Amino acid sequence: MLLTVVIFLPLVAAGVLLAAPRLGGRAAVGVWVAASALDLALIGWMWWRFDPGDGASGLVDGLAYEADLQWIPTVDAGYHVGVDGLSLPLLALTGVLFLACAVYSLREPDRPRTYAALFLFLQTACLGTFASLDLILFFVFFDLTIVGMYFVIAGWGHGNARRSALKFFLYTFVGSLALLVGFIGLFLGSEERTFDMVALAANPPLADSPVAGGLVLLAIGLGLAVKTPLFPFHTWLPDAHTDAPAAGSAVLAGILLKLGTYGFVRIAMPILPDAWQRWAMVAVVVGVISVLWGAFVALAQTDVKRMIAYTSVNHMGYVLLGLGAAGLVASADEGARTVATVGAMYQMVSHGLLTGALFLLSGWLWSRGHSYAFDRWGGLARPAPVFAACLAVAAFGSLGLPGFSSFIAEFQVFTGALQAAPVATVIAVLGILVTAGLFLLTLQRLLTGDTVAPEEPDAGQETDAGQVQEDPAPARAGGGTAVAAETRQTTRIRDLRANEVVAIVPLLALAVVLGLFPRVLLDVLEPAAMAVVELVAR
Amino acid sequence: MTGMSGSGEAWSALLPEAFLLLGAVGGLLLGLWTPQQRQWRVRVLVTVACLASAVSAALALPDPAQRVFEGTWVVDTTTGVVRVVVALGVAALVWLAAPSVAGHPRETEAYVLMLLGALGTVALAASGDLLLLVAAYLLASVPLYALAGFAKDSAGTEATMKYYLMGAFVGVLLLVGVAALVLASGTTGYSELAALLPESSPVLLAVGVLGVLAGVAFKAGAVPVHFWVPDVTAGTTPPMAAYLTTIPKIGAVAAAFRLLAEPFADLPLDVPLLVAVIAAASMTLGNLAAFAQTDVLRLLAYSTVSQVGYLFMVVAVAARTDLAVPALAIYLAAYAVTNIGAFAAVVATPAARTITDWATAAAQHRWLVVSLVICLLGLVGTPPTAVFVGKLAVFAAAWDGAMPWLVVVAAVNTVASLFYYLRWIAPAFVGVPVAAATAEGSVGTGARTAAGTAQTVQRVPVVVLHAAAAMSILLGVGAGLWLGAV
Repeated sequence: MLLTVVIFLPLVAAGVLLAAPRLGGRAAVGVWVAASALDLALIGWMWWRFDPGDGASGLVDGLAYEADLQWIPTVDAGYHVGVDGLSLPLLALTGVLFLACAVYSLREPDRPRTYAALFLFLQTACLGTFASLDLILFFVFFDLTIVGMYFVIAGWGHGNARRSALKFFLYTFVGSLALLVGFIGLFLGSEERTFDMVALAANPPLADSPVAGGLVLLAIGLGLAVKTPLFPFHTWLPDAHTDAPAAGSAVLAGILLKLGTYGFVRIAMPILPDAWQRWAMVAVVVGVISVLWGAFVALAQTDVKRMIAYTSVNHMGYVLLGLGAAGLVASADEGARTVATVGAMYQMVSHGLLTGALFLLSGWLWSRGHSYAFDRWGGLARPAPVFAACLAVAAFGSLGLPGFSSFIAEFQVFTGALQAAPVATVIAVLGILVTAGLFLLTLQRLLTGDTVAPEEPDAGQETDAGQVQEDPAPARAGGGTAVAAETRQTTRIRDLRANEVVAIVPLLALAVVLGLFPRVLLDVLEPAAMAVVELVAR
Repeated sequence: MTGMSGSGEAWSALLPEAFLLLGAVGGLLLGLWTPQQRQWRVRVLVTVACLASAVSAALALPDPAQRVFEGTWVVDTTTGVVRVVVALGVAALVWLAAPSVAGHPRETEAYVLMLLGALGTVALAASGDLLLLVAAYLLASVPLYALAGFAKDSAGTEATMKYYLMGAFVGVLLLVGVAALVLASGTTGYSELAALLPESSPVLLAVGVLGVLAGVAFKAGAVPVHFWVPDVTAGTTPPMAAYLTTIPKIGAVAAAFRLLAEPFADLPLDVPLLVAVIAAASMTLGNLAAFAQTDVLRLLAYSTVSQVGYLFMVVAVAARTDLAVPALAIYLAAYAVTNIGAFAAVVATPAARTITDWATAAAQHRWLVVSLVICLLGLVGTPPTAVFVGKLAVFAAAWDGAMPWLVVVAAVNTVASLFYYLRWIAPAFVGVPVAAATAEGSVGTGARTAAGTAQTVQRVPVVVLHAAAAMSILLGVGAGLWLGAV
């Protein structure tokens, strides 16, 4: 019941927002913040009361907050939701990131009521996907995230938003239908004809028909690979990110990409253990290609947002490397495979926090200068020190510096995968070097040197914005305290606003906490990862 | 299949049809003695008749299947679902048509013809005999010709002409097919045909199967006899287009389903494969043709052609899997609700014919756009709408019936269909910039016509649209509740 409330609370809030046309814009975003905060508090309560268990537990046993209702009796699909060590961290990540987006969007000028309602709808869809224990329910929420994100990009994006939104919708819709076909294959291949994940994982379908099992895994893998996205299905990602609003990008990269990788851990691995073992090497290879491809293509970008988008491809590649290694049962012991799986899960949470922060920070560039191009910006450390500090922390976190969550994640992925796939792992480590280089390059281009900023397009004055005055205003000494008058200044760049700081800093702080005290998350993740590894090894 | 019943029982089994007939006759008589301005009384009477028919059909749903009147009239789950859906659909469509026919000299006739067409549709679904099938075909066709040309304008007349000529031609094919099957077996009842046909001459069988399938495919608007659909839809008035593309299709698909499940189940010919090819061709050609449409009615017309393709998937596997009957029931109901909703969106803005017009007209009506988005995404099969549940059931049934390739074709087509529905959704949602109207035309959403710039939105169709959108979601989310009743 609690879980159902957590899932649908944002949707109810969205309905309230839509049904109250008199509500002002600021009040609407206020409702959004309140609903997200309440939802996060409930998720925190769930985490507090959650008992991860001692040994391997998750999916087939050890589910908490379960609810199970009949939905479509003819095909035995139901409203079956529950929480285990795999889904709880991602539910929490969803709660945190959506709250951050809500705070970040406090000053959204363009149709704020609808905007807030859409994000709340999107939050319900994301939470529902992570909590689903029924394939059809998973698909329902999975598809609704696409619909919601389409409207966010089409309605509030910039640049070529309509085209990017269409590309995003069509591309990921192809993936979701491949997923649906795969799910129907699982349904028809199972003995008791059910869509229930728990029942399917307990008694895996298609175990004795490798060809059919492989084809079903292909369909499911294709669907999830588009969403994740993995090379070569990643081409929708840069466009969608570049043209989406900052909060949309943060949710898209932070949460929606995780739906793909989560699908691998939740569905592909436990329900098709045979096929996953047989084709694990493909997952490893695709993962490594994504790592390298994402890193090198990101290096070549001239646009900040596109660069961050490609680093997402790189980071999701590590996840696949870890999950693939977990399937190489013959060449690695159980301990190593568990470490790889834990690393992959850790990477999902870590990437959500850091990339979310990076995209919110890139929104600062757009709101101040309507450009993401590297060559239009420079020397921002002086006029915008808070922005510079946040960007530096996020960038160092993303490149995997010890002390940040991504270090824990990538370290575990490599440790776990080294035994099973040594060559692939060594190649993938190269990706770290490249990302390190490109993030340092980014910091150097944006923060150091002479201060350069694009001309304000809406100011329309003849002031030379290329040379920015050097004295940071005393009003901003406190790190972006709220400034009452919102005059557009063409000669100075305004640092992060208070609400932007409140949105971004907690994400970075969490990344540091998870980097310094990994046990907080590991206690929950490890039993679930062990359970997945045991299920795969069947 | 309880064999023949006594005549006393038989009449009570036809109660829902009797209500429809009474409504038609009563409406005609009432209309004769009602002044021109008060013809709404007929509308109310017709609605009451439809609701009574739907309620009596729903009450009869849980009863075991039976064949009445010497096996010619089958009352089972499929018939029951068609009865309910058709009766409720016509009740909604009568109100949808009301603004455009109110005060018209032939208002009563429109309602009566709609009821008679509904009666023919139910007869198509229920017929268990080839001769009854022919009679039902005519009853579901002749009133519709009159409805198509109801406005008596040049476009409507042309549409009616096409519809009539094509209908007459395919009617001949149907008769030839029935004649061939009678020659081959010496009987017309489905039960006897099922037993006798497998041993008959393959040539006669081929002619018979092709002819009969051509007949039902025409009524359903499936490829290759779909040419009337876009022309009639765009030529007649929008509410009549909604009627013509929704009601007869339901009965025709149910008739095809019954044919495949009973007389054509064990033929030496691969009839399921033929139907599967028809299904694949319908959805593919319907989608491809819809891509370039700028006229909302033509877009919806081609969308109905592709929807029939998905419906024929389940027809193809009618005899092969237990999942087929519920899948057909779900998809028929879902399709009717969603399609009526989408057409209601067009009826609501009578002067808007292009997508740009529509977006301009609906710009000030946020809820109109929301409901349209729900209906159009519903037609794509986005969860949690009713068509999603239908598609899921249909895909599962088709795969279970050993046609996984058809599922893949349908999945690819679903993605393709998303593209043109989005071409309507995007301008409606984002809005059409005034200056960019001409540019919009070049990218294919259609030029803004003079009539489309000054728009009013009509009340009753909007209510129908909202109701359809709400139904679409309720039927999807509450699938467990109403499927249990079926």
